[in-house]
Amino acid sequence: MPNLAHPAYPSAELLHLESLVPCRESQVSMLLSIFGERQHFSFPSIFIYGHTSSGKTYVMQTLLTTLQLPHVFVNCVEHFTSRLLLEEILIQLQSCSSGTEQTSPVHCDTLNDFVRLFKQTLASQELQDQTVYIVLDRAEQLREMEANILPAFLRLQELTDRNVTVILLSEIVWELFRPSIGCFEPFTMYFPDYSIGHLQKILSQNHPPEYSADFYAAYINILLGVFYMVCRDLKELRHLAALNFSKYCEPVVRGEANERDTRKLWKNIEPHLKKAMQTVYLREISSSQWERLQRDGGEPGQLKGLSAHTHMELPYYSKFLLIAAYLASYNPVRTDKRFFLKHHGKIRKTNFMKKHEKTSNHLLGPKPFPLDRLLAILYSIVDNRVAPTANIFSQVLMNLVLMYCLPHLLEMESRQPQMQTFTL
Amino acid sequence: MTTCSVSKGCFVFKPSTKKRRLSEKTANFRSPNHDSEDTELRFVTCQSLWSQIKSETEQIQEDLNKQLIDNLMSFLSRSHPDFQEKTTEWTCGMKFREIPTAALVLGVNVTDHDLTFRGLSDVLQDNITPYVALLDAKDCPGIKNLMQKLMGQLMNCDIEVDSLEDEDCVQVSQNRIRCSMPSLISWYESVTKKTDSETPSKKRNSSSRHWQTPPVVVIFKDMESFTTKVLQDFIVISSQHIHEIPLVLIFGIATSPMIIHRLLPHSVSSLLCIELFQSLSCKEHLSTIIDKLILTSRFPFKLGEKVLRVLINIFLYHDFSVQNFIKGFQLCILEHFYSEPLSVLCCHQGDAKKRVYSLSHDQCENIRKLPSFRRYVEKQESGKQIELLTNDSFLKEETEKLLEDLHVYHENYVLILRCLHVFTSSLPKYPLGKQIRELHCACLENQVWETEEYESSLQLARMLNKTDLVTMLQQCVEILMSSSGKEFDKTVEKLKELLTQFQNLEVAEASQERDVSISSQKELQKKTDLYHLQKTLLELKESRRSKKLTKFEMLRFEVVDYIDRLVRKYLVPADNRTLHEIVYFNAATVLRGHLNAAPRTALHTALNNPHWYLKNQALKCDGGGISNKAPDICIVYKLHLECGRLINLVDWLEAFSTVVMAAEEPNGDAASSDEVDDTIHARFIRAVSELELLGFIKPSKQKTDHVARLTWGGC
Repeated sequence: MPNLAHPAYPSAELLHLESLVPCRESQVSMLLSIFGERQHFSFPSIFIYGHTSSGKTYVMQTLLTTLQLPHVFVNCVEHFTSRLLLEEILIQLQSCSSGTEQTSPVHCDTLNDFVRLFKQTLASQELQDQTVYIVLDRAEQLREMEANILPAFLRLQELTDRNVTVILLSEIVWELFRPSIGCFEPFTMYFPDYSIGHLQKILSQNHPPEYSADFYAAYINILLGVFYMVCRDLKELRHLAALNFSKYCEPVVRGEANERDTRKLWKNIEPHLKKAMQTVYLREISSSQWERLQRDGGEPGQLKGLSAHTHMELPYYSKFLLIAAYLASYNPVRTDKRFFLKHHGKIRKTNFMKKHEKTSNHLLGPKPFPLDRLLAILYSIVDNRVAPTANIFSQVLMNLVLMYCLPHLLEMESRQPQMQTFTL
Repeated sequence: MTTCSVSKGCFVFKPSTKKRRLSEKTANFRSPNHDSEDTELRFVTCQSLWSQIKSETEQIQEDLNKQLIDNLMSFLSRSHPDFQEKTTEWTCGMKFREIPTAALVLGVNVTDHDLTFRGLSDVLQDNITPYVALLDAKDCPGIKNLMQKLMGQLMNCDIEVDSLEDEDCVQVSQNRIRCSMPSLISWYESVTKKTDSETPSKKRNSSSRHWQTPPVVVIFKDMESFTTKVLQDFIVISSQHIHEIPLVLIFGIATSPMIIHRLLPHSVSSLLCIELFQSLSCKEHLSTIIDKLILTSRFPFKLGEKVLRVLINIFLYHDFSVQNFIKGFQLCILEHFYSEPLSVLCCHQGDAKKRVYSLSHDQCENIRKLPSFRRYVEKQESGKQIELLTNDSFLKEETEKLLEDLHVYHENYVLILRCLHVFTSSLPKYPLGKQIRELHCACLENQVWETEEYESSLQLARMLNKTDLVTMLQQCVEILMSSSGKEFDKTVEKLKELLTQFQNLEVAEASQERDVSISSQKELQKKTDLYHLQKTLLELKESRRSKKLTKFEMLRFEVVDYIDRLVRKYLVPADNRTLHEIVYFNAATVLRGHLNAAPRTALHTALNNPHWYLKNQALKCDGGGISNKAPDICIVYKLHLECGRLINLVDWLEAFSTVVMAAEEPNGDAASSDEVDDTIHARFIRAVSELELLGFIKPSKQKTDHVARLTWGGC
């Protein structure tokens, strides 16, 4: 008994669809019932959100292609300006049903043009009697385009007066999209995360042809046992599974164990996976290096990860500039005299200590400071005399560039030469 | 590229301005045009010397980068092995297609990176792929600009590779192309297809060098300066198309590779397949350069101690940039040949001999004026003195001899310096410095054997153990053998003799020890009473205390003394040599002024003491007073130094007018009136706004009629 049932589509197709989207049957059937029959008008805009790799893009793509619904699929990151986005939609629409026909270059700068051209294209393509779906992946990028783009897409059906449904896919909730002036509210739909059972089911579905499904399922089970704590990303898990599978098979290939020796296989793979978690998963070493290591049978300890190379050599004054910047951003100005002057006044100890105990400056974060203060502190912390040469000043600037990479970052504020270091 | 121009290295990044600058330079060289001073010849010598040095440094750079570039090449060649081959293997379907990425850690000397990248992209274009794009962070504030830049560079390079005939189909003006990944892909497909279909005879060389589907290499020169968003977007976009276009990314990193993780979140960095490549550290690069340029007798030109220290200090304290060091070196050469008329003799020995005899009378006088030559003359007997000072041809003969001496001195100096370095570099705490450059500076500065550091290092050397000593001696022998001259034949012999003595020592010592132990044991074995035992033990103790030096210790002293003698003989500071001014450049202050300028100090001097720059006698001020003849801005500046953080403009104006009026109307009758002259008012306003422009003051929001000082301190 198939979970998916819809009078408009043949049941064989639905069955095929169901096998393609495991663990997402309820969402698909929900979508199908919203879509209705091919010629029916559907809801003008649908907003689908869910965590990374919860199958949003994949489900939409399979659904639309399997049922052969006319659709346009656009990634908003890739088409970073509104012009590129709109033109891409039109191009895809042109080639949508006309197939191989050479498309003429489209020029579409504004939404007004888009609506006009959109109507034109639909008229020429005999698509009027079907719902056209426009899927905008990574829709959060729309917020950064012109203010009219997002509201217009939400009510595109009304604007064009055509049978069209816009589907927005995003990782963040609708509340973060809503413009302050209000807009048409789309139908929102949530794709929940896959549970461990789901992951197991989906991952073991695609087993290598040389080995039995059970063998692979056991492997996936071990893999999830190690990685589920840190990673629930389906794509990443699949990647890791593919990377380490050859190691898992090793005893079987060598004939030391058969496919059912789960314990032996587990003993072989478990430490290996743990090492993978500390290295490949964190991208400390790359997957190709990992594969080469596996092939050569080397120890992962030989390869140093990215974070092993933290040592950095700096010119003498650059070091002191950094220290000075740090001091200037965390010390309050009033203590400068006390710390950096030889003959400062008396300190009222108790008073000072009391104030100090209240809040740690590190909790408050770094504060902006003027450039002159930075240099004054530099002159006082360097042992010998520092000539205020052009090189020192250019070093201050070079550090600006440099410090992007260091944790303590200097930031020039636009008007005044005020700088700020960020947390250490 | 022609390498015969002086100004070449200086303006290497702006090839367009080269021509004009060159003509300027030659004009400058000739400007104090006394024919007698051989300006023309000096200029030519300088040019040829610099071109030699330049090619040498380029060679060094190439050699040092070879390892890195080879590694990168092999990485690139395995980055997209199966592109286009539709593999149906199971693992390929399951894995991500990650973007191959090389993280290139280049060190903080940002100024050197440009050269490395240019070399890299040249090598890549020659061997792997014509499609290399170099991206600068400052050109790419947004993803749009990045794509524009990228496509512009890629499509242009295609035109270069293809001959002019297919220009019409490729050369689409850039703004008409849609700057997006799909258009890049379609371009790539068309380009690769074209090379496929072309007849092999026509395009053999270009297509045989590259593969069928050459990867597209995108180099981010300074990854730290790219904004996170741009990088992330670009990586996300390209990872979606990695199946269609074989992209390879190269990140140039100035600091530490951890920056990748700091800039990119896990979701993005998981799209990359990052391998790390590390370039040689800049300090090692510098030592090689110093080794090959300065500690050699190949080049006649030498740096004086102070100059060398200035250059090295700029390197160590400020920028770690080898390129800047080399440019500084170039400046020294230019300055030397420009300012020293006798530098015409600063050339290879054969030429120098000829040139000595063609010197004019003026030049001979110049030689006589050299302080080192005068010292030399004073030491001669009176008859020779007169000859030297009056007879030009005699002087020339003598000069030739002296120059030869100088040359020999250099050759010996370098060899002995290296030998000494072998010893000092292995001593604990390095009293004479770890690097040979420090030792070199110390030797140039003054007589090194008179310094405390030298004394203490000799002390330490007298405590070395045998194996170390032997290996050091062997190294010294190798160094001395490497020289072509016969000067050190005797020294080598002596050292070898010492070495054999050490080896013999081993045998002798072993037998001797055995003797001693046997005899003492025998003595103890004899039947003794308490008294005798006590006596023998005391004797033993006594003998141990006043123990004679063993043979080894004697030998060690001998070695150290021998080295000391060599040092005293050969490592005489260059200042003591006659005619050293011809080859040594010593104007450290000039160099410092050029390379490590102090703009604030200069500004202060100009405003505080205008006489310094204007050289006008009237401006010469006595003490701290303010002369009313000084330019207005100087008066205003001096007055403002007396104020606190906030300056009242009215008071300032009054003070200004008093100073200015002081000379004009000494009686002071009319000046007492409150009204300030309009011209003076205007002059004051102009001077104040000039000060504001220079950044000394700014308008204050606290009080409208006040301005705030931006500097500290006063007179």
